[in-house]
Parts: sequence; C-alpha cells; structure tokens
Amino acid sequence: MADIELRQVEKRFGEQYAVRPLDLCIKNGEFVALLGPSGCGKTTTLRMIAGLETVSGGRIILNGQDVTWLKPSQRDVAMVFQFFALYPHLTAWENIAFPLQAEGERRENIQRRVKEVAELLQIEPLLKSRPGALSSGDQQRIALARALVRRPSCFLMDEPLGALDADFRETMRSEIKRLHILQNATTVYVTHDQIEAMAMADRIVVMSQGVVQQVGTPAEVYHTPSNLFVAQFIGSPGMNLVKGHWADGVATLPGGNRYTPPPDWPEALNRGLSSSGVIVGFRPEAVHIHPNGQLAATVYSVDLHGAYTMLVLEMGDDHSIHARVSRDAHFTVGETMRFDLNPSMVRFFDPKNERAVPITNRN
Amino acid sequence: MQLTRTQTARVHSRRSLTDVQIQVLFIAPTIILLVLWNIFPLFYSLYLSFTEFSVIKPDVPPAWIGLQNYNKLLSDPRIWQYFTLTGRYVVTTVALQAIVGFGLALFLRERFKGSGLITTLILIPIMMSPVVIGLFWKLIYNPAFGIFNYLIGYSVPNSGPDWLGEGSRALWAIIIVDVWMWSPFVMLLCLSGLKAIPDYLYEAAAIDRASPWFQFWRITLPQVAPLLLIAILFRTIEAFKTFDLVMGLTGGGPGDATELIAVHLYRAAFTRFTTGESSALAYIILVIVIAVSNLYVRSLNRIRGENH
Repeated sequence: MADIELRQVEKRFGEQYAVRPLDLCIKNGEFVALLGPSGCGKTTTLRMIAGLETVSGGRIILNGQDVTWLKPSQRDVAMVFQFFALYPHLTAWENIAFPLQAEGERRENIQRRVKEVAELLQIEPLLKSRPGALSSGDQQRIALARALVRRPSCFLMDEPLGALDADFRETMRSEIKRLHILQNATTVYVTHDQIEAMAMADRIVVMSQGVVQQVGTPAEVYHTPSNLFVAQFIGSPGMNLVKGHWADGVATLPGGNRYTPPPDWPEALNRGLSSSGVIVGFRPEAVHIHPNGQLAATVYSVDLHGAYTMLVLEMGDDHSIHARVSRDAHFTVGETMRFDLNPSMVRFFDPKNERAVPITNRN
Repeated sequence: MQLTRTQTARVHSRRSLTDVQIQVLFIAPTIILLVLWNIFPLFYSLYLSFTEFSVIKPDVPPAWIGLQNYNKLLSDPRIWQYFTLTGRYVVTTVALQAIVGFGLALFLRERFKGSGLITTLILIPIMMSPVVIGLFWKLIYNPAFGIFNYLIGYSVPNSGPDWLGEGSRALWAIIIVDVWMWSPFVMLLCLSGLKAIPDYLYEAAAIDRASPWFQFWRITLPQVAPLLLIAILFRTIEAFKTFDLVMGLTGGGPGDATELIAVHLYRAAFTRFTTGESSALAYIILVIVIAVSNLYVRSLNRIRGENH
C-alpha cells in the first residue's frame, strides 16, 4: 500500500499549461477523487501519476520513492481506463491474466489468482468470452479484475463509469467502493461527475483550467466551498449565488431584500471583502420558509421530486435561486413568499477575487 | 417535312428506352468481353484438357481421349519435380517477403523525418513491370560487370558466382529479386495494420508491466495477423503463378533449374504446342491454387473470429 505525493507537479504543452504546479498528498488507503469539468487537467494529472505522461516540472513520490522519471511498468500502479482498454483478441481470462503472465508468474499461481479475483467480482461465467461479446458493464468488471489481479499498491481510475449506462453506473459505483474497502488500496479516481465523487471519495480535489480549486472532504467542498467555481460546480443544482452590496452590517440584495448576517460575522466581512460588492451563497436546502422571514421572493416554478420539492424563486429581476422545501408544502406560481436562511449554510464571496470570505468562528 | 418526321421518330424511340434497357446497354460490352476472353476459354480449355489437340494443327479436330492427359501428367516424374521446385520457391520467397515486409513495417511505423519519402521509395519496385525488372536484374547479376557481386564483396570482375548461370544459385537469384520486388507490398498491408492498433492497448500493456518483447508477441503480432495473412495469401497465389520474372531472368534455365510450373506450362503450350495436355496441366494448377487459398481463408476467418 502506498502514499502518493505530488510536489509542484506541472504539465505544459509549449506555453500552454495543462496542469499548473500542483501539490497533493494522498495517504495510504485513501480514496481521492480528482473532480472537474472536461479539460481541467484531471486526467493529465492521473496519467502523470501513472507514468503515461511525462511531467514538465515537479516530482512524484510513490511510497517514499521518487518515481518522476520511471516508466509505468516500474511504478507499482494499476489503472482502469475510461474505455476499458481491454485486449480485443484475448478472452476475459487472458485479459485478467495478462499482467501476471507479463511478470512471468507461475502457471498455477496465475490460475489461482485469476480465479480469486473473478470470484470477488462475480465474473466467473464471463471468463471464456472475448471483450467484444460482453456488455460495457461486464467489460468494465474485466478491466477492474485486470487491475486488481496484480495487487498493486495503488489504483488509478480514469472515469471508469463514464462509458456505462446510467442505471448501471450506480451498481458499479457501489462495487468500486466495496472493492476499495475490501482491498484498502490507495485509489485516485478521475471523474467529472460530482455525485460520483461525493459518494465515493474520502477527499475530493476540485480542479478547473489546470488549477486546483479546493482539496477537502465531500462535506467540506459541499458546505464550505473556497471559491465561486467550487460553489457552482458542486451540488445539483449548485449553490445559489446572489449579488449584492455590503454596508453597515447589512447585505442589500436584489428585489429590495436586506440580509443581516449573525452578529459575529460583520467584523470578519468588513475585514475580508475588498470592496462594497458581495456575493451571498447558500445551498437550496438552506432556505427556510417562514412568514416573518427576512427575505422575499416570487415563485417562478415548482418541481416535484417525490422526496422533496424544488422551487425556483425570483429575487428581483432575473435573479433566480433554487430552494429545496418539504414535499408537503404547497405553492402556486407567482405567489410571493418570505424565508430565512440557515446561517450555518450561508457563505459570503468577494466578487473581485471570487474567493470565499473566511468566517473564523464557525465550524 | 419527311426528314423532320423521321428525326422526331428516332428521338422518340430513344426516349422510350426503359431504365433496365439502359442498364443492359451499359453492361453489355463488359459482359461480352468477359464471356469471349474469360468464360469461353475457361470452359473451352476444360474441354480441350480431355482431348488430343494442338493449335498449330487447326485442321485436325480435337480428339476425345478422356482422362488420358491427366493420367499422363500425374504419372510423369518431371511434373512432380517441377511442382516440388515451385513449392520450395513459393515457401521460401513468401516466408522471406513476410519477414522482410513485416520488419520494414515495424521500422516505418514510427514517424520520423523522411519516413514518408522512404515509404514511397520502398514502394517503387511494385510499380514496375516484372519483365523490365527481370531484364535489369539480369544486368545487376552479370558476373563481369554487374553490381550485385561487387556489393557482396567480389570487387574483381568475373571472380564472383554467376548467379543466373549456375543451377544451384539460379533459383535463389529469382527469390532475391521476388523478395526485393514484393516485400514492399507485404510492408504496405502490415503498416496499415500496425497503424490501426490503438495506442491505449500499449498504454494498458505498459501499466500491466509487459516488456516490449511481451507486447510484441501478445499485442502487435495478433493485431496485425489478419492483414499479414491476407498479404501472404495474395503473395502465395502470385508466387505460385510466377512466370514473367523467370522468363526475364533465366527463361527457366539453366537446363530446367528454374522451370517453375507456370514456366513449364508455357513451354508445353507455346513451344511444344501440346494444347490438350497443357490445358489439363493448367487445370491441375488451378485446383491447387484454389485449395491453398481455401486453407488461408479458413485460418483467416479463424483469426478474425478471435478478434471479435
């Protein structure tokens, strides 16, 4: 099992940065998700860890050993590719046995270990088929088995569920999570799907345009996003972001709304904001409907989701926000309603540098 | 007035052609040529193979003699000797072409400066006529002033071997020219096969810690196998029928040292003019070529089945 450490690792193509200098420490047995939209550099980062891409600068330390300039075969890593990358001319069994055969493992050991991993993933009936004859879900199981069979110290997964059908994704998601718990191997998991990252990872690295935006547990990136990008990217829908003015301890918001934060906040906000502009961010579930609430908005649409109801509200002109309310509540489009915000779910951002303003005495 | 009426009638009749009639008009010339030059001779020679006949005696009609031509040919030890010679030639030249062609393809697979130009240059021999190639290789092999002996180390004229004049070497001389001429063809097919192998297979193999040697045997070779086999199939059929190259180089000699079966057929048909017997020999060759191709096609289908 292994620690992975990236020190100032970067990737440039000429003048163009694919990944800006990046520091990251992944602990032994940890499940870390690299999350971001396409082109954010997450796959490049993963491929640099694997050794499939050379670094333009920085160092990669695996298990205390500097592997920056080692070939993939010299690093103790296994990888699951987005489109499986199975060998089409080999049977499932031969695919899984491939890494063992490449190492010159003894025949009876190969037999035994392929059998073990096939049992673990419940793919014994598929072993004689060739990849082309299998469903994408089964192909991904074979690819997982091939990665598992060598018992590497860390797993790298490049959007392993990206090529699967939606209903199959959830099954495979829990399967990967289960395998991680069983094997307790360090796992780096690349995805653009924040739900996947939230559900599986111990820690999430949010990336955008080659820059790490935030590193934290799923709860941290969800509740205390460090900047506007993370606030918008995490959650579906993302955090509500309302532009306003900050003066005299009150945030003036569109539609004539005035939001007064809890008493110990204004000091930190006065210190943290670079100008009078402010962006108030809050999750849809922070909205608490109350007849005497501080804020008012007009109901624009009502979406029933079964377990809850999602309201789209308009605060002033064209400033819509999402509110998640109880499924028992009834609203009609066009009605004006009042609400409060749960203060532990509110976050202030500076519109100039797009960063969150730190409020020290909150957890 | 009279004239205009006929003209209108003609235009009218042309317009009234149906689509099917137009199609027939377009296809007819090809069909007629095909029947006259291919289909008719095919069946006529089958008929002749059961007769005693010579084209230089057109006034003597073909006399039906049943299987006698076949009997005579198949019990003639010289025919078997020529078939064995042809077999040795085919196996050697095709094997060498496959190895050289595949090797060249592996080399040219990597893009480097000038690789496009080199590929084009290597392909030139395919574009030339075998008879021309035969004639200029005759000069290259010439023991007095040819460059071949000079290149392999005999700098004094006439000190090296006479490649085309010695019975034991003449077949090898032809094999060398055939390999020179047709390896590029094998290379071309292998190259397109190699370039079609997706990179991610090699990435997966690198992650799976496969050595370059292991990658070659387990990924590269099986992935190229179908195209390599097609190249070998084409080359085997062609090599079996090798005629023009031999005529250009040795004419079947010295003696009958390079008398491949197709050359022998030519000699029988157009120097001795035993037309009936040669037709029978042509049919024996045809059956063998079809049998060999079938073997290849079968193994090709097996490999294809494995790849999907």
